[in-house]
Amino acid sequence: MSALRFFLREPPPERLDLSVLRPDRLAGLSPASMERLVLSTTRATLVVADLFRIIPGDAERVVIEGGSERFDGLGAGMTRGELILEGSAGCRAGQGMRGGRLVIRGNAGALAAAEMRGGELEITGDAGDFLGAPLPGGRLGMQGGVVLVRGSAGARAGDRQRRGLIVIEGGTGPYPASRMLAGTLIVCGEAGAMPGYLMRRGSLFAGKAALLPTFLPVRGDTSVFRRLLARALSPFSPRAAALVSGENLARFLGDQASLGKGEAFLAA
Amino acid sequence: MPELTINGVAIDDTFAEAFDMRATAIIITAPTPAWAKEAARSMTGFATSIIGCGVEAGIERFLEADETPDGRVGVRVLLFAGSTSELQKQLQNRLGQCVLTATGSACYAGLESAEKLKLGDAVRYFGDGWQIAKRFGGKRYWRIPVMEGEFVCEATTGLVKTAVGGGNLLLLGKTPQATRRAAEAAVEAMRKVADVILPFPGGIVRSGSKVGAKYKGMIASTNDAYCPGLFGVVQSRLDPEIVSVLEIVIDGLSSQAVAEAMRAGMAAALALGPEAGAARLSAGNYGGKLGKHHFHLKDLAPKEFPS
Repeated sequence: MSALRFFLREPPPERLDLSVLRPDRLAGLSPASMERLVLSTTRATLVVADLFRIIPGDAERVVIEGGSERFDGLGAGMTRGELILEGSAGCRAGQGMRGGRLVIRGNAGALAAAEMRGGELEITGDAGDFLGAPLPGGRLGMQGGVVLVRGSAGARAGDRQRRGLIVIEGGTGPYPASRMLAGTLIVCGEAGAMPGYLMRRGSLFAGKAALLPTFLPVRGDTSVFRRLLARALSPFSPRAAALVSGENLARFLGDQASLGKGEAFLAA
Repeated sequence: MPELTINGVAIDDTFAEAFDMRATAIIITAPTPAWAKEAARSMTGFATSIIGCGVEAGIERFLEADETPDGRVGVRVLLFAGSTSELQKQLQNRLGQCVLTATGSACYAGLESAEKLKLGDAVRYFGDGWQIAKRFGGKRYWRIPVMEGEFVCEATTGLVKTAVGGGNLLLLGKTPQATRRAAEAAVEAMRKVADVILPFPGGIVRSGSKVGAKYKGMIASTNDAYCPGLFGVVQSRLDPEIVSVLEIVIDGLSSQAVAEAMRAGMAAALALGPEAGAARLSAGNYGGKLGKHHFHLKDLAPKEFPS
């Protein structure tokens, strides 16, 4: 059975909450009841039928054609299945996601993968600020799963990350891995200013970065761990695998202004 | 008792009696095959019989670089014990003393199962707070800083509750040399079988035991019925021409693996014939009431033998 498809008819007149259009919530719904799902975020009620044309199909694989930076909460909380957006998304894409696979063929706004717990999120373009971070006021950022950004990410990527893997094939804005608790953040390009600021534990890899003086250079062979990580990365990001398995990676422990048990690997 | 003769070698109509055991497997990798072997040899040392060692362990096979999790050469080690708790205890002691300490080593699960034994989870505290847990690719690893660099160890390994221990083959020969030759040939063939180990030195036991003794408190003592030096004096199982007896003990992750090893070992011993190798093959049992698994030699003997 082919995918369930939503075609965007015209640009949305306001910000939308698309978190209902996810495989586990759409399963078992008739096209008519899908058309009545509410997407609006203001008093003016907007339903699916106002914005999208539906082509029925298997709800385990949902495709949304046509993006908008007003598409908020895409795939938020999804637990299974596959959700593909042919276009860009707004903020909180994949927020609190627990399973399944979310693909955005475009850019994502702020707070993508915020508080994510499992599953896979791929963004073929750029991600906004606070990738894999906590929601405002939250204590923990990403706690599991895999995030892959083919482009670059904004500020504070991996803020308070607790577990899981984030791969950014481009660079980042300032403060990547800020206040990181554990997990792995890989920046294949250039990390922005103050990488690993107040990082407690966790691993940050960067192709290029200007480290804080509170990161201390350490020595010792870590190649076995990096081989294992590179093997896990190679199916979806050969670029990250090449960075991680590199011969000339320098290792630093920090942020010594915080707990100081985090590590930063820099390509020479 | 011999009912069947193949290539001039008599095969007793008897069976090997084997027991249910708990088993696990781990993979040890290293920069060179020699160092992987060194770590595995150390870990599986003094692990011939659960009677005195707590665990029976051995190298199952050597692994090429493309067969291991980290792409280095390695070995697969199997460990067998009578209970899950004893297996866990032996595994973590031996991991901590013999693999953690071995230069260049890393350690991974050697089999998957729903129930787990602690591997890195048991030795992580050696890191004294500097140990790092990493989870990716569906697995969790511990990285423990050591003087050489870093010891990487998967958090857990699998557990097999239906493993089989105590499969055996007795080789009875007309000279010690011929008997040893038959045993060596059988061991070489058995070691090619997957999922089995031969826990005794060189795969061979020269001092097979019976249950109990005349002395109080001894749970096992020499198997006098098969000692050529006592032939005629005790109730012997030997024939007048038998001068030496060797035993091969087989532990396997499944009863099929043990049967396969016995089949391979018998074929190799039989091929030598009664003069160059063993004149008679037999197996050890306790009357069939103690062990769940019975491996009848006549079922495992080669059906067609090229003469």
